[in-house]
Amino acid sequence: MDQAIKRRSFLKLAGLGGAIYVSGLSGWASAAAKAGNAYQDFFFVQLSDTHWGFEGAPNPDARGTLKKAVQAVNSLEQQPDFIVFTGDLTHTTDDPLERRKRLREFKEIVAELKVKDVRFMPGEHDASLDNGAAYQEFFGKTHYSFEHKGVFFIVLDNVSDPAGSIGEQQLAWLAAELQPLPADANIVVFTHRPLFDLYPQWDWATRDGAKAVELLMPHANVTVFYGHIHQAHHHMTGHIAHHAAKSLIFPLPAPGSQPKRTPLAWDDAYPYRGLGYREIEAEAAPKTDFKIVELPVQKG
Amino acid sequence: MTINHKRRLLLAGVGAGGLALSAAAVTAQNQERVIKVVAKKFDFTPGEIRLKKNQPVTLEFTTLDVVMGFALPDFGVRTDILPGTTARIRFTPDKAGQFPFHCDIFCGSGHESMTGTVIVT
Repeated sequence: MDQAIKRRSFLKLAGLGGAIYVSGLSGWASAAAKAGNAYQDFFFVQLSDTHWGFEGAPNPDARGTLKKAVQAVNSLEQQPDFIVFTGDLTHTTDDPLERRKRLREFKEIVAELKVKDVRFMPGEHDASLDNGAAYQEFFGKTHYSFEHKGVFFIVLDNVSDPAGSIGEQQLAWLAAELQPLPADANIVVFTHRPLFDLYPQWDWATRDGAKAVELLMPHANVTVFYGHIHQAHHHMTGHIAHHAAKSLIFPLPAPGSQPKRTPLAWDDAYPYRGLGYREIEAEAAPKTDFKIVELPVQKG
Repeated sequence: MTINHKRRLLLAGVGAGGLALSAAAVTAQNQERVIKVVAKKFDFTPGEIRLKKNQPVTLEFTTLDVVMGFALPDFGVRTDILPGTTARIRFTPDKAGQFPFHCDIFCGSGHESMTGTVIVT
Protein backbone atom coordinates (compact mmCIF):
# COMPACT_ATOMS: atom_id res chain seq x y z
CA MET A 1 0.00 0.00 0.00
CA ASP A 2 1.35 3.37 -0.90
CA GLN A 3 0.64 5.64 2.02
CA ALA A 4 2.82 8.40 0.74
CA ILE A 5 0.87 11.53 0.09
CA LYS A 6 2.35 14.20 -2.09
CA ARG A 7 2.70 17.52 -0.35
CA ARG A 8 0.22 19.21 -2.64
CA SER A 9 -2.35 16.52 -1.99
CA PHE A 10 -1.66 16.63 1.71
CA LEU A 11 -2.20 20.36 1.86
CA LYS A 12 -5.49 19.87 0.12
CA LEU A 13 -6.37 16.99 2.41
CA ALA A 14 -5.43 18.75 5.59
CA GLY A 15 -7.19 21.91 4.64
CA LEU A 16 -4.03 23.96 4.91
CA GLY A 17 -4.14 25.42 1.44
CA GLY A 18 -3.86 29.01 2.50
CA ALA A 19 -6.61 28.85 5.07
CA ILE A 20 -5.89 30.45 8.40
CA TYR A 21 -8.10 29.78 11.35
CA VAL A 22 -8.53 32.04 14.32
CA SER A 23 -8.92 30.08 17.50
CA GLY A 24 -12.48 30.20 18.76
CA LEU A 25 -13.94 31.25 15.43
CA SER A 26 -15.40 28.68 13.12
CA GLY A 27 -14.21 28.59 9.55
CA TRP A 28 -17.78 29.19 8.52
CA ALA A 29 -17.82 32.52 10.26
CA SER A 30 -14.83 33.78 8.30
CA ALA A 31 -16.17 32.36 5.07
CA ALA A 32 -19.56 33.90 5.69
CA ALA A 33 -17.90 37.28 5.92
CA LYS A 34 -16.81 37.06 2.30
CA ALA A 35 -19.22 39.05 0.20
CA GLY A 36 -21.15 37.21 -2.44
CA ASN A 37 -20.79 33.62 -1.35
CA ALA A 38 -21.87 33.50 2.26
CA TYR A 39 -25.18 31.87 1.42
CA GLN A 40 -23.38 29.09 -0.41
CA ASP A 41 -20.82 28.25 2.24
CA PHE A 42 -21.61 26.10 5.20
CA PHE A 43 -20.02 23.76 7.66
CA PHE A 44 -20.98 20.54 9.30
CA VAL A 45 -19.61 18.53 12.21
CA GLN A 46 -18.49 14.91 12.06
CA LEU A 47 -18.50 12.76 15.19
CA SER A 48 -17.62 9.11 15.08
CA ASP A 49 -17.26 5.86 16.98
CA THR A 50 -18.91 6.81 20.25
CA HIS A 51 -19.26 3.13 21.26
CA TRP A 52 -21.93 3.88 23.85
CA GLY A 53 -21.97 0.91 26.26
CA PHE A 54 -18.22 0.31 26.19
CA GLU A 55 -16.59 -0.20 29.57
CA GLY A 56 -12.88 -0.58 30.09
CA ALA A 57 -9.49 0.81 30.91
CA PRO A 58 -8.92 2.51 27.52
CA ASN A 59 -11.57 5.03 28.57
CA PRO A 60 -12.36 5.25 32.29
CA ASP A 61 -14.90 7.97 31.46
CA ALA A 62 -16.71 5.96 28.79
CA ARG A 63 -20.10 7.17 30.01
CA GLY A 64 -19.01 10.79 30.09
CA THR A 65 -17.14 11.32 26.84
CA LEU A 66 -20.14 11.40 24.51
CA LYS A 67 -21.91 13.87 26.77
CA LYS A 68 -18.81 16.08 26.81
CA ALA A 69 -18.72 15.98 23.02
CA VAL A 70 -22.38 16.99 22.80
CA GLN A 71 -21.67 19.84 25.18
CA ALA A 72 -18.61 20.88 23.15
CA VAL A 73 -20.56 20.99 19.89
CA ASN A 74 -23.37 22.92 21.55
CA SER A 75 -20.78 25.41 22.76
CA LEU A 76 -19.44 26.21 19.29
CA GLU A 77 -19.72 29.89 18.57
CA GLN A 78 -21.48 29.16 15.32
CA GLN A 79 -23.69 26.11 15.10
CA PRO A 80 -23.15 23.80 12.12
CA ASP A 81 -25.69 23.29 9.36
CA PHE A 82 -25.88 19.66 10.32
CA ILE A 83 -24.07 16.97 12.26
CA VAL A 84 -23.12 13.48 11.08
CA PHE A 85 -22.21 10.45 13.15
CA THR A 86 -20.14 8.05 11.07
CA GLY A 87 -21.00 4.81 12.82
CA ASP A 88 -20.32 2.66 15.87
CA LEU A 89 -22.82 4.65 17.85
CA THR A 90 -22.92 1.80 20.36
CA HIS A 91 -20.57 -0.95 21.46
CA THR A 92 -21.43 -4.51 20.54
CA THR A 93 -23.50 -6.71 22.73
CA ASP A 94 -24.82 -10.18 21.91
CA ASP A 95 -28.03 -9.35 23.79
CA PRO A 96 -30.67 -7.86 21.42
CA LEU A 97 -32.43 -6.15 24.33
CA GLU A 98 -29.23 -4.58 25.58
CA ARG A 99 -28.40 -3.49 22.01
CA ARG A 100 -31.70 -1.63 21.83
CA LYS A 101 -31.16 -0.15 25.28
CA ARG A 102 -27.81 1.23 24.19
CA LEU A 103 -29.23 2.63 20.95
CA ARG A 104 -32.07 4.25 22.91
CA GLU A 105 -29.67 5.80 25.43
CA PHE A 106 -27.41 7.05 22.66
CA LYS A 107 -30.37 8.64 20.92
CA GLU A 108 -31.49 10.34 24.13
CA ILE A 109 -28.03 11.79 24.73
CA VAL A 110 -27.58 13.19 21.23
CA ALA A 111 -31.11 14.63 21.34
CA GLU A 112 -29.48 17.28 23.53
CA LEU A 113 -27.62 18.63 20.50
CA LYS A 114 -28.84 22.10 19.61
CA VAL A 115 -28.68 21.27 15.92
CA LYS A 116 -31.58 19.01 15.09
CA ASP A 117 -30.45 18.05 11.59
CA VAL A 118 -28.38 15.04 12.63
CA ARG A 119 -27.46 12.28 10.20
CA PHE A 120 -26.66 8.80 11.40
CA MET A 121 -25.24 5.61 10.01
CA PRO A 122 -24.34 2.33 11.66
CA GLY A 123 -20.95 0.84 12.36
CA GLU A 124 -20.27 -2.86 12.59
CA HIS A 125 -20.75 -2.72 16.37
CA ASP A 126 -24.31 -1.43 15.86
CA ALA A 127 -25.43 -3.54 12.96
CA SER A 128 -23.32 -6.54 12.04
CA LEU A 129 -24.85 -9.05 14.44
CA ASP A 130 -28.44 -8.50 13.28
CA ASN A 131 -27.92 -7.04 9.79
CA GLY A 132 -28.94 -3.63 11.03
CA ALA A 133 -32.38 -4.62 12.35
CA ALA A 134 -32.17 -2.89 15.74
CA TYR A 135 -30.39 0.13 14.27
CA GLN A 136 -33.17 0.65 11.74
CA GLU A 137 -35.79 0.65 14.50
CA PHE A 138 -34.18 3.75 15.95
CA PHE A 139 -32.53 5.53 13.03
CA GLY A 140 -34.17 4.32 9.84
CA LYS A 141 -32.39 3.46 6.62
CA THR A 142 -28.75 2.50 6.74
CA HIS A 143 -27.99 4.00 3.33
CA TYR A 144 -29.51 7.12 1.84
CA SER A 145 -28.71 10.41 0.15
CA PHE A 146 -29.53 14.04 0.72
CA GLU A 147 -28.64 17.39 -0.75
CA HIS A 148 -27.44 20.44 1.10
CA LYS A 149 -26.60 23.79 -0.46
CA GLY A 150 -25.52 22.32 -3.75
CA VAL A 151 -23.58 19.39 -2.34
CA PHE A 152 -24.86 15.85 -2.88
CA PHE A 153 -24.31 13.66 0.18
CA ILE A 154 -24.37 9.87 -0.02
CA VAL A 155 -24.42 7.63 3.04
CA LEU A 156 -23.13 4.12 2.30
CA ASP A 157 -23.62 1.11 4.57
CA ASN A 158 -20.62 -1.20 4.57
CA VAL A 159 -21.31 -2.78 7.95
CA SER A 160 -24.78 -4.38 8.04
CA ASP A 161 -23.21 -7.26 6.16
CA PRO A 162 -20.98 -8.89 8.83
CA ALA A 163 -18.46 -9.61 6.08
CA GLY A 164 -18.07 -5.87 5.51
CA SER A 165 -19.41 -5.67 1.97
CA ILE A 166 -21.56 -2.99 0.42
CA GLY A 167 -23.32 -5.58 -1.69
CA GLU A 168 -24.49 -5.62 -5.29
CA GLN A 169 -27.95 -4.23 -4.47
CA GLN A 170 -26.56 -1.15 -2.71
CA LEU A 171 -23.92 -0.68 -5.40
CA ALA A 172 -26.71 -0.64 -8.00
CA TRP A 173 -28.49 1.97 -5.87
CA LEU A 174 -25.28 4.02 -5.73
CA ALA A 175 -24.91 3.85 -9.51
CA ALA A 176 -28.51 5.03 -9.91
CA GLU A 177 -27.92 7.92 -7.49
CA LEU A 178 -24.80 9.03 -9.36
CA GLN A 179 -26.19 8.59 -12.86
CA PRO A 180 -28.17 11.87 -13.09
CA LEU A 181 -25.41 13.97 -11.47
CA PRO A 182 -23.17 16.05 -13.71
CA ALA A 183 -19.53 15.00 -13.87
CA ASP A 184 -18.49 18.07 -11.86
CA ALA A 185 -21.14 17.69 -9.15
CA ASN A 186 -19.95 18.24 -5.59
CA ILE A 187 -20.28 14.85 -3.93
CA VAL A 188 -19.56 13.81 -0.36
CA VAL A 189 -19.71 10.17 0.72
CA PHE A 190 -20.05 9.09 4.34
CA THR A 191 -19.12 5.53 5.27
CA HIS A 192 -18.03 3.71 8.38
CA ARG A 193 -15.27 1.49 7.04
CA PRO A 194 -12.69 2.85 4.59
CA LEU A 195 -13.63 2.23 0.98
CA PHE A 196 -10.02 1.48 0.11
CA ASP A 197 -7.58 -1.12 1.47
CA LEU A 198 -6.11 0.93 4.28
CA TYR A 199 -4.80 -2.08 6.22
CA PRO A 200 -6.68 -5.29 5.47
CA GLN A 201 -4.51 -7.12 8.02
CA TRP A 202 -6.61 -5.36 10.67
CA ASP A 203 -9.83 -5.58 8.68
CA TRP A 204 -9.50 -1.89 7.79
CA ALA A 205 -11.05 -2.24 4.37
CA THR A 206 -14.35 -2.84 2.61
CA ARG A 207 -14.47 -6.11 0.73
CA ASP A 208 -16.08 -4.56 -2.35
CA GLY A 209 -15.06 -0.97 -1.65
CA ALA A 210 -13.14 -0.80 -4.93
CA LYS A 211 -16.43 -1.18 -6.78
CA ALA A 212 -17.84 1.89 -5.04
CA VAL A 213 -14.68 3.87 -5.77
CA GLU A 214 -14.90 2.79 -9.41
CA LEU A 215 -18.46 4.15 -9.61
CA LEU A 216 -17.34 7.43 -8.03
CA MET A 217 -14.22 7.89 -10.18
CA PRO A 218 -15.92 9.50 -13.20
CA HIS A 219 -17.00 12.36 -10.93
CA ALA A 220 -14.38 15.06 -10.55
CA ASN A 221 -15.33 16.33 -7.10
CA VAL A 222 -15.74 13.52 -4.59
CA THR A 223 -14.70 13.49 -0.95
CA VAL A 224 -15.18 10.62 1.51
CA PHE A 225 -15.45 10.97 5.27
CA TYR A 226 -15.39 7.82 7.37
CA GLY A 227 -14.75 6.44 10.88
CA HIS A 228 -13.86 2.94 12.11
CA ILE A 229 -10.12 3.43 12.62
CA HIS A 230 -10.36 5.88 15.57
CA GLN A 231 -7.76 8.35 14.31
CA ALA A 232 -7.42 11.14 11.80
CA HIS A 233 -6.08 9.77 8.54
CA HIS A 234 -5.96 11.11 5.00
CA HIS A 235 -5.56 9.19 1.78
CA MET A 236 -6.09 9.69 -1.95
CA THR A 237 -7.42 7.15 -4.41
CA GLY A 238 -6.82 8.99 -7.65
CA HIS A 239 -8.53 12.36 -7.26
CA ILE A 240 -10.83 11.15 -4.45
CA ALA A 241 -9.84 12.23 -0.95
CA HIS A 242 -10.67 9.99 2.03
CA HIS A 243 -10.60 11.37 5.57
CA ALA A 244 -10.91 9.21 8.69
CA ALA A 245 -12.11 10.78 11.94
CA LYS A 246 -11.02 10.41 15.53
CA SER A 247 -13.28 8.48 17.85
CA LEU A 248 -15.03 9.46 21.05
CA ILE A 249 -14.07 6.34 23.00
CA PHE A 250 -10.39 5.38 22.53
CA PRO A 251 -7.70 5.94 19.91
CA LEU A 252 -6.33 3.04 17.89
CA PRO A 253 -2.74 2.65 16.66
CA ALA A 254 -1.57 3.81 13.26
CA PRO A 255 -2.11 1.12 10.61
CA GLY A 256 0.47 -1.65 11.00
CA SER A 257 2.44 0.24 13.65
CA GLN A 258 2.20 -2.57 16.19
CA PRO A 259 1.42 -6.29 16.03
CA LYS A 260 -2.19 -5.95 17.15
CA ARG A 261 -4.80 -3.24 16.79
CA THR A 262 -5.25 -2.89 20.55
CA PRO A 263 -6.52 0.48 21.82
CA LEU A 264 -3.95 3.01 22.92
CA ALA A 265 -3.80 3.26 26.69
CA TRP A 266 -5.55 6.03 28.57
CA ASP A 267 -3.06 8.55 29.91
CA ASP A 268 -4.07 10.18 33.19
CA ALA A 269 -1.65 13.00 32.44
CA TYR A 270 -3.49 13.78 29.21
CA PRO A 271 -7.09 12.61 29.62
CA TYR A 272 -9.11 12.34 26.37
CA ARG A 273 -5.93 12.55 24.31
CA GLY A 274 -6.56 11.19 20.83
CA LEU A 275 -10.31 11.71 21.07
CA GLY A 276 -12.22 14.42 19.29
CA TYR A 277 -14.53 15.56 16.56
CA ARG A 278 -14.16 17.82 13.55
CA GLU A 279 -15.69 20.74 11.76
CA ILE A 280 -15.77 20.47 8.00
CA GLU A 281 -16.16 23.73 6.20
CA ALA A 282 -17.55 23.58 2.69
CA GLU A 283 -16.52 26.56 0.61
CA ALA A 284 -18.50 26.86 -2.56
CA ALA A 285 -17.63 27.60 -6.17
CA PRO A 286 -16.45 26.81 -8.62
CA LYS A 287 -15.96 23.45 -6.89
CA THR A 288 -16.49 22.86 -3.21
CA ASP A 289 -13.34 22.78 -1.12
CA PHE A 290 -13.48 21.13 2.25
CA LYS A 291 -11.40 22.45 5.08
CA ILE A 292 -11.09 20.31 8.18
CA VAL A 293 -10.65 21.61 11.70
CA GLU A 294 -9.95 18.94 14.31
CA LEU A 295 -11.34 19.71 17.75
CA PRO A 296 -10.58 17.92 21.01
CA VAL A 297 -12.77 16.54 23.74
CA GLN A 298 -11.58 18.16 26.90
CA LYS A 299 -11.81 17.50 30.57
CA GLY A 300 -14.52 19.62 32.03
CA MET B 1 35.14 -61.63 -9.45
CA THR B 2 32.41 -63.83 -8.09
CA ILE B 3 30.04 -62.72 -5.43
CA ASN B 4 28.94 -65.31 -2.98
CA HIS B 5 25.32 -65.97 -2.24
CA LYS B 6 25.25 -64.24 1.14
CA ARG B 7 26.81 -61.10 -0.26
CA ARG B 8 24.34 -61.04 -3.14
CA LEU B 9 21.47 -61.22 -0.66
CA LEU B 10 23.02 -58.43 1.41
CA LEU B 11 23.40 -56.18 -1.63
CA ALA B 12 19.87 -56.95 -2.70
CA GLY B 13 18.71 -56.14 0.80
CA VAL B 14 20.60 -52.86 0.88
CA GLY B 15 19.20 -51.99 -2.54
CA ALA B 16 15.66 -52.75 -1.47
CA GLY B 17 16.14 -50.78 1.72
CA GLY B 18 17.53 -47.87 -0.23
CA LEU B 19 14.58 -47.94 -2.56
CA ALA B 20 12.22 -48.04 0.40
CA LEU B 21 13.99 -45.12 2.04
CA SER B 22 13.91 -43.14 -1.21
CA ALA B 23 10.24 -43.91 -1.68
CA ALA B 24 9.52 -42.78 1.89
CA ALA B 25 11.40 -39.56 1.29
CA VAL B 26 9.46 -38.88 -1.91
CA THR B 27 6.19 -39.67 -0.15
CA ALA B 28 7.11 -37.30 2.67
CA GLN B 29 7.90 -34.60 0.15
CA ASN B 30 4.61 -35.16 -1.64
CA GLN B 31 2.59 -35.29 1.55
CA GLU B 32 1.54 -31.71 2.21
CA ARG B 33 1.22 -30.55 5.73
CA VAL B 34 -2.31 -30.27 6.96
CA ILE B 35 -2.84 -27.99 9.93
CA LYS B 36 -6.13 -28.00 11.74
CA VAL B 37 -7.33 -24.63 13.06
CA VAL B 38 -10.27 -24.32 15.42
CA ALA B 39 -12.16 -21.03 15.65
CA LYS B 40 -14.36 -19.98 18.53
CA LYS B 41 -15.33 -16.67 20.05
CA PHE B 42 -12.86 -14.94 20.00
CA ASP B 43 -9.73 -16.81 19.11
CA PHE B 44 -8.09 -19.21 16.73
CA THR B 45 -6.28 -22.30 18.00
CA PRO B 46 -3.43 -22.40 17.24
CA GLY B 47 -2.95 -18.67 17.23
CA GLU B 48 0.51 -19.07 15.81
CA ILE B 49 0.97 -21.14 12.66
CA ARG B 50 4.52 -22.04 11.62
CA LEU B 51 5.13 -22.75 7.94
CA LYS B 52 8.06 -23.36 5.63
CA LYS B 53 8.73 -21.09 2.71
CA ASN B 54 7.87 -22.65 -0.65
CA GLN B 55 6.28 -25.68 1.05
CA PRO B 56 2.59 -26.07 0.24
CA VAL B 57 0.24 -26.34 3.18
CA THR B 58 -3.44 -26.98 3.70
CA LEU B 59 -5.17 -25.24 6.57
CA GLU B 60 -8.36 -26.96 7.77
CA PHE B 61 -10.84 -24.83 9.68
CA THR B 62 -13.78 -25.62 11.91
CA THR B 63 -15.79 -23.35 14.19
CA LEU B 64 -17.20 -24.29 17.55
CA ASP B 65 -19.92 -21.64 17.61
CA VAL B 66 -20.82 -19.01 15.01
CA VAL B 67 -19.84 -18.18 11.43
CA MET B 68 -16.28 -16.94 11.31
CA GLY B 69 -13.88 -15.82 8.63
CA PHE B 70 -10.17 -16.45 8.28
CA ALA B 71 -8.20 -13.88 6.32
CA LEU B 72 -4.46 -13.81 5.67
CA PRO B 73 -4.16 -10.74 3.45
CA ASP B 74 -0.41 -10.93 2.90
CA PHE B 75 -0.93 -14.14 0.93
CA GLY B 76 -4.28 -13.15 -0.55
CA VAL B 77 -6.17 -16.03 1.02
CA ARG B 78 -9.37 -16.16 3.04
CA THR B 79 -12.29 -18.45 3.74
CA ASP B 80 -15.62 -18.49 5.49
CA ILE B 81 -15.85 -20.98 8.35
CA LEU B 82 -19.37 -22.32 8.78
CA PRO B 83 -20.56 -24.34 11.79
CA GLY B 84 -20.73 -28.06 11.07
CA THR B 85 -18.43 -27.94 8.06
CA THR B 86 -14.70 -27.97 7.40
CA ALA B 87 -13.21 -25.18 5.34
CA ARG B 88 -9.86 -25.62 3.63
CA ILE B 89 -7.24 -23.26 2.25
CA ARG B 90 -4.28 -24.60 0.28
CA PHE B 91 -1.45 -22.24 -0.48
CA THR B 92 2.31 -22.02 -0.70
CA PRO B 93 3.97 -19.27 1.30
CA ASP B 94 6.48 -17.65 -1.00
CA LYS B 95 8.06 -15.24 1.47
CA ALA B 96 9.47 -15.49 4.96
CA GLY B 97 8.40 -13.40 7.91
CA GLN B 98 5.54 -12.87 10.32
CA PHE B 99 2.12 -12.20 8.86
CA PRO B 100 -1.06 -11.36 10.78
CA PHE B 101 -4.34 -13.18 10.19
CA HIS B 102 -7.74 -12.25 11.54
CA CYS B 103 -11.41 -13.09 11.58
CA ASP B 104 -13.06 -10.98 8.88
CA ILE B 105 -16.69 -11.76 9.62
CA PHE B 106 -17.96 -9.73 12.55
CA CYS B 107 -18.74 -12.23 15.30
CA GLY B 108 -19.39 -10.15 18.43
CA SER B 109 -17.73 -8.03 21.06
CA GLY B 110 -14.17 -9.29 20.99
CA HIS B 111 -14.09 -9.81 17.22
CA GLU B 112 -11.30 -7.27 16.87
CA SER B 113 -9.02 -9.33 19.08
CA MET B 114 -9.58 -12.51 17.07
CA THR B 115 -6.19 -12.46 15.43
CA GLY B 116 -3.07 -14.57 15.05
CA THR B 117 0.23 -14.83 13.25
CA VAL B 118 1.61 -16.99 10.48
CA ILE B 119 5.36 -17.39 10.84
CA VAL B 120 7.16 -18.49 7.69
CA THR B 121 10.80 -19.59 7.89
